[in-house]
Amino acid sequence: MIGSRALRIEDRVLLRGAGRFAADTQRAGELHMRVVRSPVAHGRIVSIDGTEALRLEGVTAVWTYADVADLPAIGFRLTPREELLPYRQPVLARSVVRYVGEPVAVVFAESSYLAEDAAELVDVEIESLPAHLDPDAEPVVWVDAEQASWAAGNGERLPAQDSEASVFTIGYGDVDAAFSSGEGRVFTMDARIGRHTGVPMECRGLVAVYDEAEGQLIVDGAAKVPFWNREAIAAMNGLAPSQVVVRETHVGGGFGPRGELYPEDVLVTVAAMRLRAPIKWIEDRQEHLMATNHSRGQHHRLRALVDEDGYIRALDATFTLDQGAYVRTHGATVASLTASMLPGPYVIDNLRVTAHVRLTHKTPAGTYRSPGRYEGTFARERLIDAIAHGLGLSREQVRRRNLIGPEQMPYERPIQAMGTHLVHDSGDYALLIDKAAERFDFPAIRETVSRRRAAGERVGFGFGYFVEKSGIGPSEGARVVVDSAGAVTVLCGASSVGQGVDTVLAQVVAEVLDVPHDSIRVVRGRTDQFQYGRGAFATRLTVMAGSAALNAAKAVRDKAFRTAAAELAVSVEQLRIRGGVVEVEGAEHGGLDLGQIAGILEPLRASELKEEPGLAADGWFHTDHMTYPYGLHAALVRIDEGTGRLEVERFMVAYDVGRALNPLLVEGQIAGGVAQGLGGAMYEEFLYAADGTPQSTTFMDYLVPTAAEVPPIEMLVTEDAPSPLNPLGVKGAGEGGTTAVAAAIASAVDDALQRPGAIDSVPIKPDTLRRLLQPTTTHDVPTKE
Amino acid sequence: MKPSAFDYVRPLSLDEAMEQLAIDPFESKVLSGGQSLIPMMNFRLARPERLIDINRVPGLEGIVPGQDRVTIGARTRHLAVQNTGLQGPLGSLLRTAAAQVGHLPIRTRGTFGGSIAHCDAASEWCLVARLLDAEMTVRSTRGERTIPAADFFQAIFTTAMEPDEILTSISLPALDDHHVTGIAEFARRAGDFAIVAATAAVKIEDGVVTRARVCLGGVSEVPWRSQAAESALLGSAWSAGAVAEAAAAAADEVDPPSDSHGDADYRRDLVRALLPRALNTAGAGS
Repeated sequence: MIGSRALRIEDRVLLRGAGRFAADTQRAGELHMRVVRSPVAHGRIVSIDGTEALRLEGVTAVWTYADVADLPAIGFRLTPREELLPYRQPVLARSVVRYVGEPVAVVFAESSYLAEDAAELVDVEIESLPAHLDPDAEPVVWVDAEQASWAAGNGERLPAQDSEASVFTIGYGDVDAAFSSGEGRVFTMDARIGRHTGVPMECRGLVAVYDEAEGQLIVDGAAKVPFWNREAIAAMNGLAPSQVVVRETHVGGGFGPRGELYPEDVLVTVAAMRLRAPIKWIEDRQEHLMATNHSRGQHHRLRALVDEDGYIRALDATFTLDQGAYVRTHGATVASLTASMLPGPYVIDNLRVTAHVRLTHKTPAGTYRSPGRYEGTFARERLIDAIAHGLGLSREQVRRRNLIGPEQMPYERPIQAMGTHLVHDSGDYALLIDKAAERFDFPAIRETVSRRRAAGERVGFGFGYFVEKSGIGPSEGARVVVDSAGAVTVLCGASSVGQGVDTVLAQVVAEVLDVPHDSIRVVRGRTDQFQYGRGAFATRLTVMAGSAALNAAKAVRDKAFRTAAAELAVSVEQLRIRGGVVEVEGAEHGGLDLGQIAGILEPLRASELKEEPGLAADGWFHTDHMTYPYGLHAALVRIDEGTGRLEVERFMVAYDVGRALNPLLVEGQIAGGVAQGLGGAMYEEFLYAADGTPQSTTFMDYLVPTAAEVPPIEMLVTEDAPSPLNPLGVKGAGEGGTTAVAAAIASAVDDALQRPGAIDSVPIKPDTLRRLLQPTTTHDVPTKE
Repeated sequence: MKPSAFDYVRPLSLDEAMEQLAIDPFESKVLSGGQSLIPMMNFRLARPERLIDINRVPGLEGIVPGQDRVTIGARTRHLAVQNTGLQGPLGSLLRTAAAQVGHLPIRTRGTFGGSIAHCDAASEWCLVARLLDAEMTVRSTRGERTIPAADFFQAIFTTAMEPDEILTSISLPALDDHHVTGIAEFARRAGDFAIVAATAAVKIEDGVVTRARVCLGGVSEVPWRSQAAESALLGSAWSAGAVAEAAAAAADEVDPPSDSHGDADYRRDLVRALLPRALNTAGAGS
């Protein structure tokens, strides 16, 4: 069962249209919330008048900051750095707006149409101020002392803060000494990633009601991190966590942005408490593209000291992260991960990375699939290509020269990632290059490229190598329960953003209890069904919840064995489980199925057997280290000379996940991840006018690649380096499809242009390629293979 | 993204539709396929107080070949145009152009006349209409009139139609077999509005171009008939070189806008690249 290409148990519901998404939750008497958003990027609020809106029949309330002045700013869920506190976002703008789309008021009405009509009638007067949009420019004054002190919310009186929210440096060795040694050659790279983000099919949405009878605030439509959000919602509303129930419905994609606690979410819950009515908020796509977390926008400057054979002795890097207008729940996660994961699969004797987190008058930024790694991998792999070109070595040679060797595993890099020691747990990085080259036949691809190039075509081949991280702890739990009919339920703190976690957990439990995986029900993402859950992020659940489910299932099996042994008067060692029936080894007949054993364990009999009632058990898994999967992306591209169109003819991914619990799901994750990586590499970008007005607020301007733009993804999933850190040996598959897409595409485009280093930013647009195709005075320099 | 409130009427005859439209023409909109109008209403960029749905009005669909001209009912769906069995270079052009309109769901619902009345300078049907000097027949309670394409497309989203007029049919000249026609466009993704589109109809007799029509989209507010390209082609010996020269002339002639999808120079590059592709004279690898 584990390792099989089992079909998703989620799909029986989803494919019949029986799923329940946030907007599918309807409650009698519900009020619809509509957010009035700032139309200017930076300005001082002069007045907000809801009188006209309130005159509309069916409009219940209009709130501005004054109505929610008692609410603090939203806290950090991850990477909470003290210096970031003054930059947190109020749930409604206090006196200054800082991005187009910032909530300045909310309207509650009997229908979503009416709410939108009313929102238009809210009279918002804002005095415009200059917009600060370039994170590379010198920092400017960002918040005054009053706002800084308020946002920090820790009782301290803070001075005014500038737009550089945080600067931190990590590293090891002595970079300055290395560079001043007078040995080696210096290579530099200046690499930029455009601002883009995850665009789930389902926009954000939340439905909350205060159930007077139960004395509980019920919140439906949560995603990703319902348990953390439950704590935050309880605190914001002055309730005990046990008075708040947060439930995940089906979720139409997460990718990082969806599911975090946003100002709108807080407003929905507060309104449910104060207006004593069910409150429903469903975001529309235009709001999504200007109010949900953006991501990625980063500018990296790398400097490497390299030996003649390509060995990198020192890497000195700085980067600026375009944080947008506020620091939201992710704190410094993206900057921190960029820094710690920048060295990737390479040894690099001395490292120094300095992160600059800077505010701009744009939509606030957070994490997006492979946060920090997509960005850093692009910059680093571009640098490796530049080194190869500069030294006259092949791109593959330089990578091989620097890879951490299998004999060095586990390899500890003396820095931290997400608050854990960065220890590459296992891996044979060079072996994966060998396997990929063989499976995809790199020599044949190179030969084809040469032949077609000679015939006048602009074709190119390139690749990028990367290390991912997955399975962040510290804990995850699961409870396996068998009822008297033998039906198996897994209750857990995991969340599903559509990735197939139900199927994986069912497979793990099915393996232990030897029952069909599709007979198992998985209950997750509901704070009233399990005590703890860290959430669906950072590619952690297969490692964490999978291991917890394994432990829980084993505990249930043990309990079943103990009970059956007593009932059948045999020893536990004589028992085995087959097809959900506990049998005596070697006996032809008899045995007890799990339902019968559950029946035996009714409270009275269980007491006699000195067992807790019920055939159920909890399992937990704890870890203080992450696992590190790794992979290689390769691309064959063609550039249309006349139009600059970039066509990805082939895209290949080799990825080692330690152990693939379900190869079908791993491949699905990779394919979807590649599509999103291609979006960032070629299509998706949030652009802003000089005054801070967003230019990409519809799908006509924000271009998400479709099935027509994404080639079939060729995949090689390997299991050469199981993780020693968990009982399944598994590493995560959620993000490795995305990580090196921009790096591989850029490398291939350089090759097609025969201009090494031509591509130093993404997305790569056709007009840029047309310009690069113009004859220049510099000679074409072939990339060495 | 919910439209503001509107009244909805669904007339069952053209007369009734015209009467309904005449009641309050400035605050009314005719709903045909709705593929542009409805999104604009959802964005509240359009706020008609009344929608007059002509989808049940008989006699507005179909492609009817005549002696010298072909008449296309305004409500003919893009997909019906894509599937037309119309013979000759015109049929070929219509099928090729229709295939590039949006995506299949859009083509299933959207209409030929709706696209022309909407007047987006990059739309395939506005280009084809301007290319072939189509004649637009419009009707109102005041009567019927025919507007030539040269007068019809006035500015972005602005035509010569009066607010109380309904576009009922479009007639295009039949093209004899001496014609070569085609359309080529460039968009960053399949199905998007073209950044630049080029369409052409060239008559070749004994190897010499005796009539040349070239129309470009994405280079000005309305479809652009390129006189430079047409003059370059007219009288020349039909060859890939002649088409390339015409494309270069067109690129020099136009003054395209710059936006996030491409600046003016890039659009000129696209004109150079696309016109030969429209006429299928571009070489491999280009």
